[in-house]
Amino acid sequence: MKRNFSLTTLVFAALTVAPSLALAAEPRVDARNFPGPAWSPYLAGAGIGVLSWLTFYFANKPIGASSFYATVAGGLGRLFARRHTDSLDYYKENPPTIGWETVLVLGTIAGAAIAALTGGEFSNRWLPAFWVARFGEQSLGLHAALGLSGGLLMAFGARFAGGCTSGHGISGTLQLNVGSWISVICFFIGGIAVAYPLYLL
Amino acid sequence: MIDPGSAVKKSSAKPEPAIAPASKLLLALVAGLAFGFLLQKGGAAKFNILIGQLLLQDWTVAKIMLSAIIVGMIGIYPLHQAAKVNLHLKPTKLGPNIIGGLIFGAGFALMGYCPGTAAAALGQGNWDALFGMVGLVVGSYVYAEMSGWLQRTGKKWGDFGKITLPDVIKVPRLPFAIGFALFLTLCLVVLEKLTVR
Repeated sequence: MKRNFSLTTLVFAALTVAPSLALAAEPRVDARNFPGPAWSPYLAGAGIGVLSWLTFYFANKPIGASSFYATVAGGLGRLFARRHTDSLDYYKENPPTIGWETVLVLGTIAGAAIAALTGGEFSNRWLPAFWVARFGEQSLGLHAALGLSGGLLMAFGARFAGGCTSGHGISGTLQLNVGSWISVICFFIGGIAVAYPLYLL
Repeated sequence: MIDPGSAVKKSSAKPEPAIAPASKLLLALVAGLAFGFLLQKGGAAKFNILIGQLLLQDWTVAKIMLSAIIVGMIGIYPLHQAAKVNLHLKPTKLGPNIIGGLIFGAGFALMGYCPGTAAAALGQGNWDALFGMVGLVVGSYVYAEMSGWLQRTGKKWGDFGKITLPDVIKVPRLPFAIGFALFLTLCLVVLEKLTVR
């Protein structure tokens, strides 16, 4: 029952915070007034498609990201409460070991840094310009709170659904996996339903 | 139907070592570098492009994803047919896919980055991605805390096992993949005609 309660609290918090924030915010914003991609999205996407052939062939692994965070959480959990962490069903099935996805996500950070630095797009800032256009300069606390709560919900959703925008959204869909297509459609339905009131009301 | 992939190398039955072999980690590093580089170049490390997609103003993310899916599909299925690669299908579970998917989407809209693009955003110097990454770590542990209960309840809702779209309509996988790739390409052409960005 305690677990039921914490889930209800999470969902309730998300549902009440989003609309109340929107009421306090600046007028509508348009994302197209802000910088676009450096390369054609078709080129970048095709590159990711070819990359998936290579990871399947050479590493016998798909691209995915969300389990990185579960591994970090499990590693930290084992540091502070080893027996408790090891007793949890998720970590019994998925021991938090340094493997494919951990290093892949660390590489993703470095790869994006290389792309941004060589392309003159390194931003070095705490608030995105688009966020500022909507919520103003004095909104770091709000941005942090939404980031933390959003991340919390997203990790929960990814683990429950079995993957994220990478694991389901690209690797699963390209394998024609039924559950991945359903998941990615739900990602966007959930995302649109919350983003619209948050940014456009 | 014969699954050619089952003829390829089987995954080892041994328990995972604490740290994977160096060769595997090197592959992961190279793949990660390429993935992060492409995400950033495609604009998927930018807050306005990600939120812009959820507001249906900026279609960059859909264009990246569909291109990756089309190109990935027309490579993976012939390779699988030739018994060169294994498929890595996750079981289809309607309840978790739908409920988890909707919760994920809500979190995505609040945070503005998803798990992979948060890493790319951090690399690009969008330090605010760190807030969400901390949230992702906390949320993962919350899920693990609840995993015993969820495995017995919600995770079982609507379990169809490892099924693909062609399995559902009972057609061979490779021809379906080629046809579906053509259909998705047509979707991209229409999307390009209809959208500014």
